[in-house]
Amino acid sequence: MPVSLLWAVDVHGRVYSLSSAGQQWELGRDAPMEFKRVTAAQQCCWSLGCDSSIYLNVFASDLPVRYKVETYENQRWNPVDGFSERLLPSDRWQWSDVTGLQHQPLHSFQLPSSSWEWEGDWYVDENFEGEPTEKEGWTYSIDFPSTYTKDKKWNSCVRRRRWIRYRRYKAMDTWAKIPSQPMSLPDPFSDISCGGWEISEEPGGRLSLWVVSLQGKVWFREGICHHNPEGSSWEEVPLPGEVVQISCGPGDLVWAVLWEGKLIVREGITRDCPRGLSWAVVECPSPEVGAIHVSVGNGVVWAVTKDNKVWFRRGVNSHNPCGSGWISMVGEMIMISVGLHDQVWAIGCEDRAVYFRQGVTSSELSGKTWRAISAPRDGERPHSSASSQQSAGRFFSGEVQAQSVVSDADSDVEKGSADGAIFTTPEPSLGSPTEPPSNPAVDAPKARIPKVTSDSFISELVSDRDQGKPSKDVLSVTPAVLEEEVIPADGEEILLCAGEALLSTESRGGPQWSNVDLEEAQTGAVLDLAETCSLSSVTTFTLTVEDGAEEHPMWAWVSGEGCSVDSSSQLNWFSSSANTTSVTQSVQSMSLSISPAQTAAWRRQIFEQLSERSRREMDDFKHYEQAIEQSVWVKKGAMQWWRDWKPHKWIDVQFAFEQFSGPDGNKDGILFIYYNYNEEKKYLHAFINEVTILVPVLNDSKHTFAIYTDERTKQRWPIRVAAATELEMYDWLALLSVSCCESRGIQGPPSKQAIWSITCKGDIFVSEPSPALEAVPYPTPCDQMFWRQVGGHLRMVECNSAGIVWGIGYDHTAWVYTGGYGGGFFQGLASSTDNIYTQTDVKSVYIYENQRWNPVSGYTSRGLPTDRYMWSNASGLRECTKTGTRPPSPHWTWISDWAVDYSVSGSTDREGWQYAADFPASFHGYKTMKDFVRRRRWARKCKLTTTGPWQEIPPIPLIDVTVLPCGAQSSVDTFPLWAISSKGDVLCRLGVSAQTPAGSSWLHVGTDQPFKSISIGAAGQVWAIARDGSAFHRGSVSPQNPAGDCWYHIPSPAKQKLKQVSVGRTSICAVDENGNLWYRQGVTPSYPQGSSWDHVSNNVRKVSMGPLDQIWIIADKVQGSQSLSCGTVCHRLGVQPIEPKGQQWDYGIGGGWDHITVRGNAMEPPRIGLLSQKDTAPPTSSSPLPVGIAEPNGTAVYS
Amino acid sequence: MADDKDVLRDVWFGRIPTCFTLNPDEVTEREAEPYYLLLPRVSYLPLVTDKVKKHFLKVMRTEDVEEMWFEHEGTPLKWHYPIGVLFDFHASNTVLPWSITVHFKNFPDVDLLHCPTNSMVEAHFMSSIKEADALKHKSQVVNDMQKKDHKQLWMGLQNDKFDQFWAMNRKLMEYPTEEGGFRYIPFRIYQTTNDRPFIQRLFRPVSTEGNPHTLFDLLKEMCPDALTKDGCLQHLLCLPWTSFMSLTLNLCFSSSPPPKVESASLLG
Repeated sequence: MPVSLLWAVDVHGRVYSLSSAGQQWELGRDAPMEFKRVTAAQQCCWSLGCDSSIYLNVFASDLPVRYKVETYENQRWNPVDGFSERLLPSDRWQWSDVTGLQHQPLHSFQLPSSSWEWEGDWYVDENFEGEPTEKEGWTYSIDFPSTYTKDKKWNSCVRRRRWIRYRRYKAMDTWAKIPSQPMSLPDPFSDISCGGWEISEEPGGRLSLWVVSLQGKVWFREGICHHNPEGSSWEEVPLPGEVVQISCGPGDLVWAVLWEGKLIVREGITRDCPRGLSWAVVECPSPEVGAIHVSVGNGVVWAVTKDNKVWFRRGVNSHNPCGSGWISMVGEMIMISVGLHDQVWAIGCEDRAVYFRQGVTSSELSGKTWRAISAPRDGERPHSSASSQQSAGRFFSGEVQAQSVVSDADSDVEKGSADGAIFTTPEPSLGSPTEPPSNPAVDAPKARIPKVTSDSFISELVSDRDQGKPSKDVLSVTPAVLEEEVIPADGEEILLCAGEALLSTESRGGPQWSNVDLEEAQTGAVLDLAETCSLSSVTTFTLTVEDGAEEHPMWAWVSGEGCSVDSSSQLNWFSSSANTTSVTQSVQSMSLSISPAQTAAWRRQIFEQLSERSRREMDDFKHYEQAIEQSVWVKKGAMQWWRDWKPHKWIDVQFAFEQFSGPDGNKDGILFIYYNYNEEKKYLHAFINEVTILVPVLNDSKHTFAIYTDERTKQRWPIRVAAATELEMYDWLALLSVSCCESRGIQGPPSKQAIWSITCKGDIFVSEPSPALEAVPYPTPCDQMFWRQVGGHLRMVECNSAGIVWGIGYDHTAWVYTGGYGGGFFQGLASSTDNIYTQTDVKSVYIYENQRWNPVSGYTSRGLPTDRYMWSNASGLRECTKTGTRPPSPHWTWISDWAVDYSVSGSTDREGWQYAADFPASFHGYKTMKDFVRRRRWARKCKLTTTGPWQEIPPIPLIDVTVLPCGAQSSVDTFPLWAISSKGDVLCRLGVSAQTPAGSSWLHVGTDQPFKSISIGAAGQVWAIARDGSAFHRGSVSPQNPAGDCWYHIPSPAKQKLKQVSVGRTSICAVDENGNLWYRQGVTPSYPQGSSWDHVSNNVRKVSMGPLDQIWIIADKVQGSQSLSCGTVCHRLGVQPIEPKGQQWDYGIGGGWDHITVRGNAMEPPRIGLLSQKDTAPPTSSSPLPVGIAEPNGTAVYS
Repeated sequence: MADDKDVLRDVWFGRIPTCFTLNPDEVTEREAEPYYLLLPRVSYLPLVTDKVKKHFLKVMRTEDVEEMWFEHEGTPLKWHYPIGVLFDFHASNTVLPWSITVHFKNFPDVDLLHCPTNSMVEAHFMSSIKEADALKHKSQVVNDMQKKDHKQLWMGLQNDKFDQFWAMNRKLMEYPTEEGGFRYIPFRIYQTTNDRPFIQRLFRPVSTEGNPHTLFDLLKEMCPDALTKDGCLQHLLCLPWTSFMSLTLNLCFSSSPPPKVESASLLG
């Protein structure tokens, strides 16, 4: 799960964030002023300042927010001047938009706000529909509203060209004020809430932002999306009453609280209408006490009433946004925030601590218990309230000081010395005027005091405080200041005054303030501040003497909307080792802070002691007899087997595995399948050392796995067996995998040369290449490669021979390989202890709703008898209903409801329908007279959680990645790694080395259009494929200039759109959308773009070029002697420098393979193929000739 | 990089070279040669002494043979202690090979339990497993196992099959990550200086403050006498060996430096 932030505002208006991976609250240091409230999304955080303006903090990403503006320059030919600016009176503007209707001269483009800057100057686009144009970028036509071509013809009377300029959002990671509109809004804002990002995926980064004004009006911010983070304008939303607070969930839920305590729910929020249509009123939970706060998530609503009771709304979902009833929950809170995955945070009424609701899962949305977040606040040690109070208290009261010094000195030497310095020489660190520069709070404007105390929320907070519990914690600092007679710096003054404010309102016995009572609260607080100023010092002093130990950070507001945690997340927020335990720790305790390095050292120590003991006790006695002789071990079980003969069906069999130690001490084994054939007992067997791969095939009906040998791979017919339970299946798989690896002497993590591949189920397999794999003329046959599984779930994986391996999940998350092995169902012995992490993936399941038109009732779900199912899969052959469709396997769980999918290729109408004349036909997104059927796609997201040797690289989602292939002995230390983001941006990763395979940061490489595939060759040649199917070559990429300087446009093969490219040592291959594999001819060091595309083969889905220019592909269809397999690993034979395209295909593992990368295999084959074959080929290779169905010409297969 | 697996393997494959000699008082037809064996530390004597019995029976008349028992320097060896424990307990300071005297008469009923068949050992072993799991998982894991799983554990031990044993035993060693460890760590502390057979008490893997407990913490709490001034342990034995495994596991994740322990004793 990516690292994300929980945001909160303390009672002094300071904004803090707490990382889901962190342990302490980080102060937002650059805040221009105090904030009242914050509301966060994953990519940004909105806040409401004390000046009642709205501020936006867009989190810096390596991917800039860029926006392309464009305008067209139009010209007409006349006999005198040729093409000139002089147009006919009936023509369009000389500078216009693409339609010609809008006048758009270059100077009319202005930056939308001061948060933007121009990236460069205007330039002419010289790329037209995937083809390069003439130098000046003109496209020609007969007349204006017409089609354009890039070639000038005799009848070309008009021409136009496109000018492009980019602007960039520059106010990243800072709080930028949202400029108020020219027609300034009538009154200042008092509440803010963002959400709605799940309503639609288009445009990317879309958000709904709702705000409430002091007069109780509600406004909606229009046009917020990724390339326009600030949005464009405010729209007022009509209301049935005066609103005091509003909450917007990630989906289509929006609830608000009315002044009188009732709640209103927004109805009619859809993709086309994110603002919704109308309000529905919901009664508040208890009739006498109205609601004061509400917070909504995906499918939950939590509310707080004026007596601080917490309520959970039952039965809320998209179809019934109002829900069905209130449930009273435990706990007294002042506000609640529902975040991603419906997780809940709240601020306690008693202690103002931030609470996290534990145990919230999709099946138990109300969770189990409240748990206080005890993370300390960072920095400002002597000034801030949380972490520093302890130290300040310790220092200033003699008794505590003694304790703290002892515990610090003894518990940890390093910490002790650092802290000790502070404690023994406290004066400079606290009052010295030389310190302030290091302390940002000091730089804050003085004006903050009245503002903070005047905030309605704080007055409210203060007013309902328990009288018996004054805020000792906040005040504990003040007597110290007085005692020392230091003139307080601003930071202290704030604390002091805040403390007084709290005290003062307490002493008044505070009436129940609500949010709307702002003015009264304001005057009250300010008055009291003045009145009690002199008094408070005395009071506070006695308080601290009484007690200095108990402490709580004082929070006013929390926002978890952008915080992606769930009930399974590991959070470090609750037991802070540094702060809370150090005082209570016993002096003698041996417990030290724990680091992985220490763990490793410790384990090594045990191991060494054991080895030492073995040496001492056994070395001299090796000749003694063993007490227990090794014998055969048999594991048996009842299974089902997909029988080999027709009619194929599952039959019950006895499955047995015999393991024994071979003569050389290696373990070996045989698998037996005992079955009955015509009432005769028979068996089938397979030697473990001949098994090439074990593939789990888990679906919702059977727990099966497939066992392949080289012979079975040729037949395309594995041994398929099914276990009774999933657990049993994984027991068998783990046992057999370990046995297979042992029999082949393979253990530990994959080598750097390893070949990685991925199945269509997302399972990851790895194979150790033999040196003879790329031998010429007799390589190791591809079907003899042994594959073992590695934990995790990925869609693609790329590597190089330095051991750098990156993967991309189905949800486009980037992962880096950690060097471990195992994970997933490999537990205990088959898995490494370190380097295994939780991995999640999300994908969508699609079903189709089909309808046929009839003259009576129009389109209905009544089809013809010959029609497909009215709810079906894409092909229409299988019925898939909303209720009957289950996640792909038991490992996946639904995380969303069914929703119409508008992002289908070929576009849709407003309801998501696509039309066609009849069913097996091509669909289009609009209705014509000839269309009699229509369909629309529904999507539902599901999520998988597993473990594997992978660590996430947040935050940019990727669709492709490539890393520089290198020789076996390479002197390079940092490796260029390029990637394409899911939006199509080209990125270059900096700092990728064998030690830090994750690298450090992204460098954005500008392009004029989105890209979809990228590859870098051994000499740093970067090739990429754009979405329009054309290729690009990046010039001048070098270690000094890792991002290169410009893109060279390479036209695609005639009438083909390329989709994927791979670059080896010198060879470049690309695959087009029709499955053709192309080789780039004429590439030389001086002319790296090459001259033309040369056809190699059809039937190719994907290509991977290795560092030796070896060519491996995923073939679309491969026919075996028994069956056909789709998605098969194939190896090009006969690839040599003089024949870089090779001669024929050799077929490897297949049936369901999606991806392969051989870019790690830089092992040079033995020089003389014939001799080395005898030496290095595995004993099982009976035939030196390449096996498999291979044709000498380019065609890979007959299908 | 030493892995847990390597530690487990080394523990499992720990062997003690042993010299079995027949008690001179036994009536024999001719002189009995001593018999040399490598005994697995984690096993029990009755499981590994079939060969010894066979060897000595060759020189004895059947009417002179009663139940076989073992003795080291005058101390009868309790068969229900793992072999490694017996060795560390009684003989860790003697010269290798470990010299064991074999008796076929005068069974010391006061000191030893009778062990007519290996099913006695199995019953004892399974009860240890169950006892340990009661502490670790409220018996949930062991109760969820099928009869054949129990059999696999036992057969793994009996036949010295590491993989077979650990394929099952790992389930007993798992715990939900959010809980941070077992409920209690099963252990027993045997002391030569103490009349009580062993110390066995409830002990959480994590302290109330949230720090992982170490072996040192355990000893400090359970038998402070065993900790001498320099933190060196005199005679500490952890058993049964199943419990020791969990301790190993715990030591591995508690990750604090172990107190200086005579390694032979620690790894009993």
